[in-house]
Amino acid sequence: MREIRPRTPSQWLLVAAALLYAAVLLLAPIVAIVQKALEAGVGAMLDALSEPVVLHALQITFFITLGAVAINTVMGIVIAWVLTRQRFPGKRLLNLLVDIPFVFSPVIAGYTLIVLFGRTGWFAPTLFPVVFSVPGVLIATTFVSLPFVAREVGPVLAALDREPEDAAYTIGASRWLTFRRIILPGIWPGILYGVVLTLARALGEFGAAAVAGGGIEGQTETATLFVFRALNDRNEAGAYGMSLLLGLVAILVLILMRLLRRNTVTEHSAHVDHPG
Amino acid sequence: MSIDTRVNTLYRIGRRAGAAQPPWGAWGLRLAAITYLLVFVAVPVIVVNVEGLRPGLESFWTSLTRPAAISAIWLTIWTSAVMTVINMVMGTLTAYVLVTYRFPGKGLFNSLVDLPFAIPTLVTGVMLVLLYGPQTAIGGFFEEQLGFRIIFAPTGIVLSLLFVGYPFVIRAVQPVLLTLEANQQEAAQTLGASGWYTFRRVIFPALRPAVLTGGLLSFARALGEFGAVIVVAGNIPMRTQMATVYLYGQVEAGEMAAASAVSVVLLFIAFAITLTVDLVESRRHA
Repeated sequence: MREIRPRTPSQWLLVAAALLYAAVLLLAPIVAIVQKALEAGVGAMLDALSEPVVLHALQITFFITLGAVAINTVMGIVIAWVLTRQRFPGKRLLNLLVDIPFVFSPVIAGYTLIVLFGRTGWFAPTLFPVVFSVPGVLIATTFVSLPFVAREVGPVLAALDREPEDAAYTIGASRWLTFRRIILPGIWPGILYGVVLTLARALGEFGAAAVAGGGIEGQTETATLFVFRALNDRNEAGAYGMSLLLGLVAILVLILMRLLRRNTVTEHSAHVDHPG
Repeated sequence: MSIDTRVNTLYRIGRRAGAAQPPWGAWGLRLAAITYLLVFVAVPVIVVNVEGLRPGLESFWTSLTRPAAISAIWLTIWTSAVMTVINMVMGTLTAYVLVTYRFPGKGLFNSLVDLPFAIPTLVTGVMLVLLYGPQTAIGGFFEEQLGFRIIFAPTGIVLSLLFVGYPFVIRAVQPVLLTLEANQQEAAQTLGASGWYTFRRVIFPALRPAVLTGGLLSFARALGEFGAVIVVAGNIPMRTQMATVYLYGQVEAGEMAAASAVSVVLLFIAFAITLTVDLVESRRHA
């Protein structure tokens, strides 16, 4: 299909409806929180956010996100590779497994960890604490953000031109060298896009971290869990300040997504953009 | 023999040589992927089901038929269903507008679509309470003038689910619209078909699987949503308590049997959806 300028009133009406819906649903809430946070005062917010407990929560979120992104990037590439390049019995089932974290409620994911590693869990006592400690939060967060890299890299890998790769093998390049020099640059946009999505999901995870970590102040409390506690404690500057901070990170993530998407879909857009 | 054929022969030899390398690497990768997915995904699925059914079917049924559990599951299902219907209509409309029309600010709008993927859902809940809560201008107006509550009521729940589910239908429909043949549409219009008629008879049939997939995925997402609804829905048992919030409460209280039973039901619905989506998608690509 090609783009046209809306001409008739009904066409304008369609555009207006789509814009109005997005404005009311997505933009109005953002305006509300920015306004509220400014009302509380930038100084008060910064004070609330520089308390040691809050800084600790930010640190936990940072390391958990880093861990989840690292694990899921490596394993996501491996999964994508195995699912696009190999044939074996049970592959379709494996493919289904990848999507399950998308539909598995994070609360249930956290709860599973309690069943396995909790005080009276199947594997209790564990060598080191899992539930209500940082490893539990990491496992839960890794679970909820598992599919992104695999799902973004898969199609890119499948669409990759095989000839340069075959040529590299022909002249005696090892598999690893071929992967590093030929395949990796080809799937790079997919990896980056998957990493950004994983990052966003891990940063904002709440349900799984709440159940698996317990949100212990100064220990397993993440940034989102702090928001929740601050809301209950009526610590408005803290709750809105941290929400705003997470929102700003989200917008940064969005800009990254936009830049990466432009790189990957330029062919499409060039095809679509011709004047009509 | 042309150059091309010779190069192709070389490639074939190369590929055979590659295949003749010891396959340890390939097996290692396969083993790693299978192990990771089994440990991280299959185990949780099995654990929830075993734990839910271990006390016996009767106990499972008792936990499930507690009024608070039934009401929480029912509230979750109907609000998610309402969201899905609105989302399918507005998502299709938005995708159509984004693909068909050129207007100022379109690039910005297109990237805004992904916002709900980037923003923590708890923050979504906080934002909605700040916009529509009882103490705000809008929320206060609705409550005092119209006697109608938004936050801590089903309307707020549906709104938060709409926010969270916003990108699903749009991002499913957009690529299909992009690949639709422009001449099909033009042919229909040249023959005198109205815009609406063309959409209904020519465009929509091609979009149906994508709309369905996007809608189902947003429905599955809504069933498991926690961060947004725990703030927006309030937590009044039997009235505004969502299934995941009920579940959270039961886990906190150490009521594992009750938590497991509700988990099994939620997972069952989510799996049914995943399988349906898989079916729709494989038929579409077949």
